[in-house]
Amino acid sequence: MRLKLAFLMSAVLAAGCGWSGADATTESGGGTIEYWLWDSGQQPGYQKCADSFAKQNPGLNVHISQYGWDVYWSKLTAGFIADTAPDVFTDHLAKFAQFVDLGVLRPLDELAPTADINDGDYQEGLAELWKGQDGKRYGSPKDWDTIAMFYNPGALRAAGFSPDDLSDLSWNPRDGGTFEKMIAHLTVDKNGVRGDEPGFDKNNVSQYGLGSDGAGGGGWGQTQWSAFAGSAGWQVTDRNPWGTRFNLDQPAFQDTLTWYFGLARKGYMPSFAEIGGNNPVGPDKQIQSGLAAIALDGSWKISTFQNLTDTSGQKLKVGIAPTPIGPSGKRASMFNGLADSVTSLSKQPDNAAKWVKFMSGEECQNIIGESGIVFPARPSGTEKAIAFNKDKRQLDVTPFTDQVKDKTTFLFPVTTNAADITALLQPRMDAVYIGESPVSSLTTVNDQLNDLFKVAQ
Amino acid sequence: MATIADAPRRKRKDDTQLAILFILPALIGFLVFLLWPTLRGIYLSFTKFNLLTPPEFNGLDNYVRMVQDPVFWNSLRVTVYYVIVNIVIQTALALAIAVMMQRLTKRTWLRGIVLTPYLVSNVVAALIFLWILDYQLGIGNRVLELIGMDRIAFLADSNWVIPTVALINVWRHVGYTALLIFAGLQTIPETLYEAGRTDGASELTMFRRITLPLLRPILALVLIITVVGSFQVFDTVAVTTRGGPIDSSRVLQYYIYDMAFGRFQFGYASAMSVALLVVLVVITFLQYRLTRAEQSDLA
Repeated sequence: MRLKLAFLMSAVLAAGCGWSGADATTESGGGTIEYWLWDSGQQPGYQKCADSFAKQNPGLNVHISQYGWDVYWSKLTAGFIADTAPDVFTDHLAKFAQFVDLGVLRPLDELAPTADINDGDYQEGLAELWKGQDGKRYGSPKDWDTIAMFYNPGALRAAGFSPDDLSDLSWNPRDGGTFEKMIAHLTVDKNGVRGDEPGFDKNNVSQYGLGSDGAGGGGWGQTQWSAFAGSAGWQVTDRNPWGTRFNLDQPAFQDTLTWYFGLARKGYMPSFAEIGGNNPVGPDKQIQSGLAAIALDGSWKISTFQNLTDTSGQKLKVGIAPTPIGPSGKRASMFNGLADSVTSLSKQPDNAAKWVKFMSGEECQNIIGESGIVFPARPSGTEKAIAFNKDKRQLDVTPFTDQVKDKTTFLFPVTTNAADITALLQPRMDAVYIGESPVSSLTTVNDQLNDLFKVAQ
Repeated sequence: MATIADAPRRKRKDDTQLAILFILPALIGFLVFLLWPTLRGIYLSFTKFNLLTPPEFNGLDNYVRMVQDPVFWNSLRVTVYYVIVNIVIQTALALAIAVMMQRLTKRTWLRGIVLTPYLVSNVVAALIFLWILDYQLGIGNRVLELIGMDRIAFLADSNWVIPTVALINVWRHVGYTALLIFAGLQTIPETLYEAGRTDGASELTMFRRITLPLLRPILALVLIITVVGSFQVFDTVAVTTRGGPIDSSRVLQYYIYDMAFGRFQFGYASAMSVALLVVLVVITFLQYRLTRAEQSDLA
């Protein structure tokens, strides 16, 4: 009897050790397509698309899961290892090459529903970015983004500027041009002295002219210095996509960065420590709290900036202006886009591809455009998004769209070894922002990045 | 009559089977969750493995790379610095709290309060301190300003970040450590203190001459446990600083994690894990010998 009891207890204890059965989520049968995205703002729009998709495809439905950017990628990696990855997920240009190398993405050309995706249906250059080095398509374009300046009209008015003054600013690496003059004047210290006035105390600033989104080591300075380096005529790699050499050793880049991070030294932009180091307070919150008057950020943040309130709970009316004209005589903005990818672990690739096709199709793109969160990849969807912002928000978003219209964009650098590049670059860029290393130290980093190509071969 | 003579023998036999059965769950857990992963980790440290395709044997490549990797050596330095700050302050505070618990108060609820930070999970504790210590909005920096000091970027300044992370973990673990020491204090007979008092010894003298020497075995055990735990610091760093600024809080465990799951270099990450294992074995062995943890003076 005692023996039996002990045996029973052992069994119970062993069961408690984690011997649970198969996870229900691994069985993605039953016509339910698992779909992941990271932007909570886009979930309602895609839920509408999913409902419409389910209606048109009896027997199929889509289950959407949203995880924040930071956990999204680690959860996805874990999912690939543990076979719990979704059928379809929102993919990023910085990440997809690595996933292709790891063999976890299914080429869309090999799936019937997505075999006929036409590059010409989307904003120029977007669809081509999602082709791997093998020429196969691994993502179906869904949206695009560019960079512009968000500003606090109240701070502008207090400094004697009007929003029109922002529309043709220019910058250069020597004296910063009219752009630096403006942000200097928008900077105010604790005693109310402006950045361009005598007696300005750069160590006790209450409002910075320009906000900061960190050192930009994780995404090629997309929301930091890319608009400046790009308008100086600089490119990250020798060719894009699939560059073979990095250009971080070029004077155009190093001069731009010396000037850009110099703004923090002059007290016109907050320091690395002030924005919270590796857990930075974003540009939207810097404008909201009055820490910054102007900040560069991406078009995916339009609704975030639109929903800001000031300290008294009143709606903060934030304006948008184009990035300044650079030494090349033109503006510049990084042009990036998201796409949907089908995982090779999906047990129902054809159904997954149907959903991918639907999201990049006319109907869903128009739904997304009308939700005003991002610019859909199809030109008609983009028009819908512009109209939505103009009519419903009284907001002019052309500083974002003009970059595409005027062809002043450059593409997000697509390379192999993205994870290693970030791991090498991020600490070194932080060191430059903090001021512990000179900008010239990036020449060494450039050699290390170039070596990655050798190792990979 | 025979039954009586047989009974004890049968009983002993029964005990062995019973013992095995009782040990079995723990043994299975040990084999499946500890021994097997450790052996597999050691095997993977000799391979090139990206988690998704089968590992390829590459000999000592990972270890050669490790010896030449400045970030690895920096991580080891940062980790040791963290352990020293964390353990010295934590042990000193825990000892003080434990002695106070024993000598000054007998109230259970007061003793219970000391343990409360330990009930908060590491991640939650780290998040709370991240907000308290925020440069712009944190109440910690508001307090500093109120008393006329400059704000400090606790988690964004290279010089402050490791002491800050170490102190966050002291806050969380000091109660638990104090409780362990307190349990050790209970084993010291009250008669010794009575004798001390009769001889006119002060509270401080009794602490130095009676408490500390008799507490040595327990203190040694506590140190071994806390040092091993301290070397494995991860969650606080992952939540508050992610290794930054630059590499100033890139502790070994965080570097290993990032290498494995961020950069898909599982083989190299395994090699560094093996290095950490070796470091811990050596340190534990040294501690054990130096503190004579297996002997007690209370005989």
